[in-house]
Amino acid sequence: MPEVLRVSPDLIEEVARDLYLRALKVLPADIQAGIAHLAAVETHERGHAVLATLQHNIVVAAQTDGLLCQDTGLPLYRITIGRDVQVDGLAMKEAIRAGCARATREHPFRSSVVHPLSRHNGQDSCGIRIPAIDIDFDERVGVLDILMIPKGSGSENQSWLKMALPADGVAAIQRFVIDCVLAAGGKACPPTVVGVGVGGSADLCLKLAKLAATRPLGSRCEDPQGAALEAALSGAVNRLGIGAQGLGGDATAFAVHIELAATHITLNPVAVNLQCHSARRARAQITREGVRYGD
Amino acid sequence: MATKGQVADVLRPPLDEAQVRALRVGDTVTLEGTLFGIRDATLIHLIDRGRTTRLDLCGGAVIHTAPSVARVPPSPSAPVGYRPVSVGTTTSARMERFTEPLMRRFGVRLIVGKGGLGADSRRAFAALGGAYLAVVGGAAALETTWVEAIEAVDLDDLHPESLWRFRVHGFGPLLVTIDSHGGDLHREVEDAAQARRADVLAGLGVTP
Repeated sequence: MPEVLRVSPDLIEEVARDLYLRALKVLPADIQAGIAHLAAVETHERGHAVLATLQHNIVVAAQTDGLLCQDTGLPLYRITIGRDVQVDGLAMKEAIRAGCARATREHPFRSSVVHPLSRHNGQDSCGIRIPAIDIDFDERVGVLDILMIPKGSGSENQSWLKMALPADGVAAIQRFVIDCVLAAGGKACPPTVVGVGVGGSADLCLKLAKLAATRPLGSRCEDPQGAALEAALSGAVNRLGIGAQGLGGDATAFAVHIELAATHITLNPVAVNLQCHSARRARAQITREGVRYGD
Repeated sequence: MATKGQVADVLRPPLDEAQVRALRVGDTVTLEGTLFGIRDATLIHLIDRGRTTRLDLCGGAVIHTAPSVARVPPSPSAPVGYRPVSVGTTTSARMERFTEPLMRRFGVRLIVGKGGLGADSRRAFAALGGAYLAVVGGAAALETTWVEAIEAVDLDDLHPESLWRFRVHGFGPLLVTIDSHGGDLHREVEDAAQARRADVLAGLGVTP
């Protein structure tokens, strides 16, 4: 029997705090490489200038210990609990919330979270059901994995769900994705990751779109038909000419990512959720050896 | 966002109508001096709810923003006790309906933002003499280095969506993307993209 990894709420609070700050300051390596790739192949002069500015901003953020983007986002934490890990679940959720609030106050940075009706800002990035905390499980032994995503609202405002009909087929899905990217134009801070959910129920479909939008660049849909569809759509959206910041060019999207779920015989749901070029996320893996940060 | 070979003109608000009407889509400018920060809640309270401000926006430039700031002891470099931590730009389109009243009631001449504005703003810029200056969104670390100080703040109960008065130095390059002569680069790009829709779908084997 392997020794059980016991994780204290105090450690989780520290990690939740650190993750928010890291996410706001250090762009994941795959996104940095994605911007560099788009800059290398961009044929449009204005688009190229925008992409060069994005690269310069990453350097300035590192030099000044500054925030990459002013939007500190809606804080999301995804927790994956491996095998032989013991944690007090309720205390863990409270610790995440405390860490999120501490990051906001101690740095300090802008709380972007308000009550949905009164619009009152509590100035601590917390509110009803926020930070959003997802909990899942996997087979890794002795690992507690926390992924933090400060989801920017410029791209989050560009979110859609369509309950298409089975008779409309895959064509309806493709048409919908293209039309959403057109509707978003420059508003979502392109180049974007176009996250597409296909199948499931209405709520699951939107959740899949968010998972797809926040998947690392270079990753593929595990389903072969889904992978083929995301490859075709990735090429297609970059032929629209919207370009970086919507000012024209080839760099409309890093990629289209698709996540699938089985659905009902009567359903053909498709959802789109965009992630902006400041596609921030930070990950911590807690093991017996300590905390390892990455993306 | 300057393209190669272009030299940015320096604008020092407050500006008169002639100075703003001289701007054309494609020009590159930088701002020097005073820049006001506004955002959804600021505009809802100023325009929909009729709140007033002691700050004078007449002839001024505003940016669609809500910064991160740190409280510090008041000093000559932080006269109201705020130090800028991160000043960036938010998507302008949400605030489309406020452009005309912002110009007519408050005398604003320039709006700095990202993603562009709509037909009502284009008409207001043409009728009253205004322009939209695009900054690269999501590049706040860089943008913050152009902000020297927070000189004043009003409506701070809306924090961080307060009305901010920044002192800026070399704020740009900014690209004129909507001018007072009907020019609108965002619309041009969107129209061209819409015109490619059928071809792009055909490439996927999908009927429009």
